[in-house]
Amino acid sequence: MIQGTTIAAVSTPLAAGGIGIVRLSGDKAKEIASKVFAPVGERTVQNVPGFSAIYGKMYDSDGLIDDGIATVYNGPKSYTGEDVVELSCHGGIYIVQRVLRACLANGAAAAAPGEFTKRAFVNGKLDLTSAEAVVDIINSNNAQALKAALSAREGHTFAKIDSIKRQLISLSANLAAWADYPEEDLPELDDGSLLEGLQDAERTLTKLLNDYDKGSLYRSGVSTVIVGKPNVGKSTLMNLLSGREKSIVTPIAGTTRDVVEDTVSLGNIVLNLADTAGLRETADVVEQAGVQLARRRMEDSYLVIAVFDSSSPLDDEDMELINSIKGRPCVAVINKSDLERKLDTAYLKEQLQFVAEVSAANKEGVEELSHLVEQALGLNDLDLSADVVVNERQRNQAALAKTAVEEAISALNGMMTLDAVNVCIDDAVAHLCELTGENASAAVVEQVFSRFCVGK
Amino acid sequence: MDSCDVAVIGAGHAGIEAALAAARLGCKTIIFTMSLDAIGNMPCNPSIGGTAKGHLVREIDALGGEMGKAADAAFIQSRMLNLSRGPAVHSLRVQADRWKYQLEMKHRLEHQDGLQVVQAEIVDLLDDGNGTVTGVVTHLGARYDCKTVIICSGTFLKGMIYVGEYAYSSGPDGLHSADKLSAAIQRLGIPLRRFKTGTPARAKKASIDFSQLEEQTGDDEIIPFSFETKGELKNQVSCYMTYTNANTHKIIMDNLHRSPLYGGAIEGVGPRYCPSIEDKVVRFSDKERHQTFVEPMGLDTQEVYLQGLSSSLPLDVQLQIYRSIKGFENIEIMRNAYAIEYDCIDPLDLLPTLEFMSVKNLYGAGQFNGTSGYEEAAAQGLIAGINAAHRVQGKEPFVLDRASSYIGTLIDDLVTKGCNDPYRMMTSRSEYRLLLRQDNADKRLTPLGYKLGLISQKRYDEFLEKQKQIEDEIHRLKTTSIRPSDELNRMLEEKGTSAITSGCRLADLIRRPQLTWKDIAPFDEQSPQLSTEVIMEAEIEIKYAGYIDKQMAQVEQMRRLESCALPQDMDYGEIRGLCLEAIEKLNRVRPLNLGQASRISGVSPADVSVLVIWLEQRRQMQARQGEKNND
Repeated sequence: MIQGTTIAAVSTPLAAGGIGIVRLSGDKAKEIASKVFAPVGERTVQNVPGFSAIYGKMYDSDGLIDDGIATVYNGPKSYTGEDVVELSCHGGIYIVQRVLRACLANGAAAAAPGEFTKRAFVNGKLDLTSAEAVVDIINSNNAQALKAALSAREGHTFAKIDSIKRQLISLSANLAAWADYPEEDLPELDDGSLLEGLQDAERTLTKLLNDYDKGSLYRSGVSTVIVGKPNVGKSTLMNLLSGREKSIVTPIAGTTRDVVEDTVSLGNIVLNLADTAGLRETADVVEQAGVQLARRRMEDSYLVIAVFDSSSPLDDEDMELINSIKGRPCVAVINKSDLERKLDTAYLKEQLQFVAEVSAANKEGVEELSHLVEQALGLNDLDLSADVVVNERQRNQAALAKTAVEEAISALNGMMTLDAVNVCIDDAVAHLCELTGENASAAVVEQVFSRFCVGK
Repeated sequence: MDSCDVAVIGAGHAGIEAALAAARLGCKTIIFTMSLDAIGNMPCNPSIGGTAKGHLVREIDALGGEMGKAADAAFIQSRMLNLSRGPAVHSLRVQADRWKYQLEMKHRLEHQDGLQVVQAEIVDLLDDGNGTVTGVVTHLGARYDCKTVIICSGTFLKGMIYVGEYAYSSGPDGLHSADKLSAAIQRLGIPLRRFKTGTPARAKKASIDFSQLEEQTGDDEIIPFSFETKGELKNQVSCYMTYTNANTHKIIMDNLHRSPLYGGAIEGVGPRYCPSIEDKVVRFSDKERHQTFVEPMGLDTQEVYLQGLSSSLPLDVQLQIYRSIKGFENIEIMRNAYAIEYDCIDPLDLLPTLEFMSVKNLYGAGQFNGTSGYEEAAAQGLIAGINAAHRVQGKEPFVLDRASSYIGTLIDDLVTKGCNDPYRMMTSRSEYRLLLRQDNADKRLTPLGYKLGLISQKRYDEFLEKQKQIEDEIHRLKTTSIRPSDELNRMLEEKGTSAITSGCRLADLIRRPQLTWKDIAPFDEQSPQLSTEVIMEAEIEIKYAGYIDKQMAQVEQMRRLESCALPQDMDYGEIRGLCLEAIEKLNRVRPLNLGQASRISGVSPADVSVLVIWLEQRRQMQARQGEKNND
């Protein structure tokens, strides 16, 4: 079999939705899944028979991501004919992407377009007639990627990638020229400037990846939860933002029990919005379940919009909310700003940086809210054209390049010989070259001869 | 009419290895040379090895080739380069006595069973009219029936020497050029192109003031090229270094219009890696001086080679240039510098066996294939010789992949990416260079050489014993602990690393960059008596384990693709879904497998996916066909 790697991809649409699935396929599918997924109970991904589903929790290096289900298929009895694990988690771009990245970080490769189907075909799971369909998928995705890459060439993120790449090629060429021409009197590149160059590349790659993550928020929507005490106007805000009667609004506290969802545009950003039950201690079993749901959703969402009632002072439940969201991307909304002010606005601003005054009933303050949401997401300084790293596969290459640069730095700091350092740098160059379709070693050799006067 | 299994045209470094390998594999072989006095000639620098080239020589030796042994017999100074830069780039280089080296090689050819050495110029190739070569014809009309033919013509094909305003037909070192064979090659449908190279002057040693030069001596401890060479080795000469200066550069600039290259007379593409002194001065005008090494040509001669001062400027300018250099004020030129232009092929026309795609049983090796360097030539000669013999004997082709060797990398680069100027091997060309070290060439290739029949049983047994010692020692280091002691901790602190407070595995100490096996040996009670090579190998395997494992994983990935063969008789235009550029490149290169296909520039990962599907489609179709036939 030619497929050596284990691949992973999000196999559900990246949008607000009930469930998102990350699919792994390949020899190491189970091994990688069990690094991300910790089962609750005895049954593990590795020991269950095929077609089993296990409940458990998913983790990455930052900690718990979500709980969910792992479904295990043993090859050849799977879609691709290889071992397959599907990790089902809660929908929404943020969680699903984190699960995917956890898989990539544990050794999976980001799947190319059509790759699952290709594997299914190559492993004899699909008949001959489906082959052409697979080729079409690969082809059109290739064309799209090409188009994206071409248009990106003009963008300045392309220039950024290109400049990191050139910087690394130049470092590599320096080392190569010394290694291949040890007796030439070449200008010295000391360990200090080598380290500096590598750290610079690392910083730029980190920024690039961050920008990408923010950029993907623009594209795919930010999972956002509206929370607050009962009857502060969450549902009214939801309806205001979505422009329709999504949530039932009554003066009775605790009307919203289920999570109500909608995708809305706020300024430049798409929010995958969820309205939740008001947070309070309650004896009502149904409402209690609703509050549970709200708390879970709050944990899972990327952005929190916390609503407070302008007409009443902050109480214990408000304080609890404030403490639980401090430090996360969040915006506080002081609703009912048209009513008499009893709330300590200054205190709230001190606790939560971004505070918007809204009158949901009078439809006032949306613009300010949208502005503050951008700030809370750190998007206000983001360059939208910075969108060259067009998909997860490409992001993964940039991330791999960053890892390779970090390895080079640690080899250098660990006093390893320069041949080992150089191999790490070449690795980074190879990943970046894959983004732009160049040949890494040819680029380095070219540089050696154009920059250095070497040869007998 | 005489006949043979393998005919080798040319007895330079490629031809020698090709002929010896074919004969040793049991083929009736003839090697043709224009002059018996020019066998194994070194028309440029009198040295063998150097960065990456030294790796090639070690690999040739590990497979059972001859270059390393002859170099060990003829060396007069030896150095291991890059010792401070890590084991991947350690490279052996020797200065050789040029005449001794030639005698060694001539002797080895003459005494090889099954090999006939003939002085003759080959002027024509015979073929069956159907794309298969069948023989060769000499300048005196002698015809030889040959099952296979290997062309190793070096710089001789339509060789043209340029010195300033003068240009004349010639091979190197006063040998005449081979002007007729080109037409025969073209008649078979193989296009030729012009490449160029150059060489500096040879000067008289007594005319140089060595007191003005810096001396460069050889290594105290000499490591031979050949894994078979035993006994004491001694340096006998030194090299010397000096520099050009502003005056030198002014002379060059003032006379640049008299260079055939800058004047436009030479059309051939020159090697980037080996620029003439005028190239260096023009392209790197901010460099105030360029170094030059004085290398002795042998023990019994006054001739010295002036490395770094290759030129095609007129003789009077050459003399001015050389005499402007410190220590060279009274230098006498014995052989002038020159540029030489010659016919060669585009290696994209070759298969990885070095056989021509379009002409069966015809092989090429060496500078003829577009490379430069003695070592690159010898490596190709060896592979071409083995494959010609295998063709004659109906055996499988012998192809080394990139992860096995620099030889494999060299040939894969040539036949997959081609070259636009003479190709020189460099360590930076290998993505697996922590695996392809000069110290472990035997581990990588000697089992293959043994299987081929080029490595003797005795040598193979010794090889196995060495490998066992290495493995045993690695195992011992990984499982043996050492207790802290005042002496040990004093040593650790002296070496700039932290002391140990509790028992520690020996391997964990060796992993520290500051420490070597030899540092620890005095504290290691069970430390066995081992050879330097075994110790070094064990140490590298432990120290670089993380990097080695990582590269091994990449190798496995690559080999999976390599194991997927592509049919050779197909038009890629018929495969749906490939992009146009990929079709064009695939039809040109005709890769043997998916791995090779994936390395062609212009073939994207998506194109490789399309090929994967196409292969499966084809397999299913054939299986279905098979079922039908069985009904």
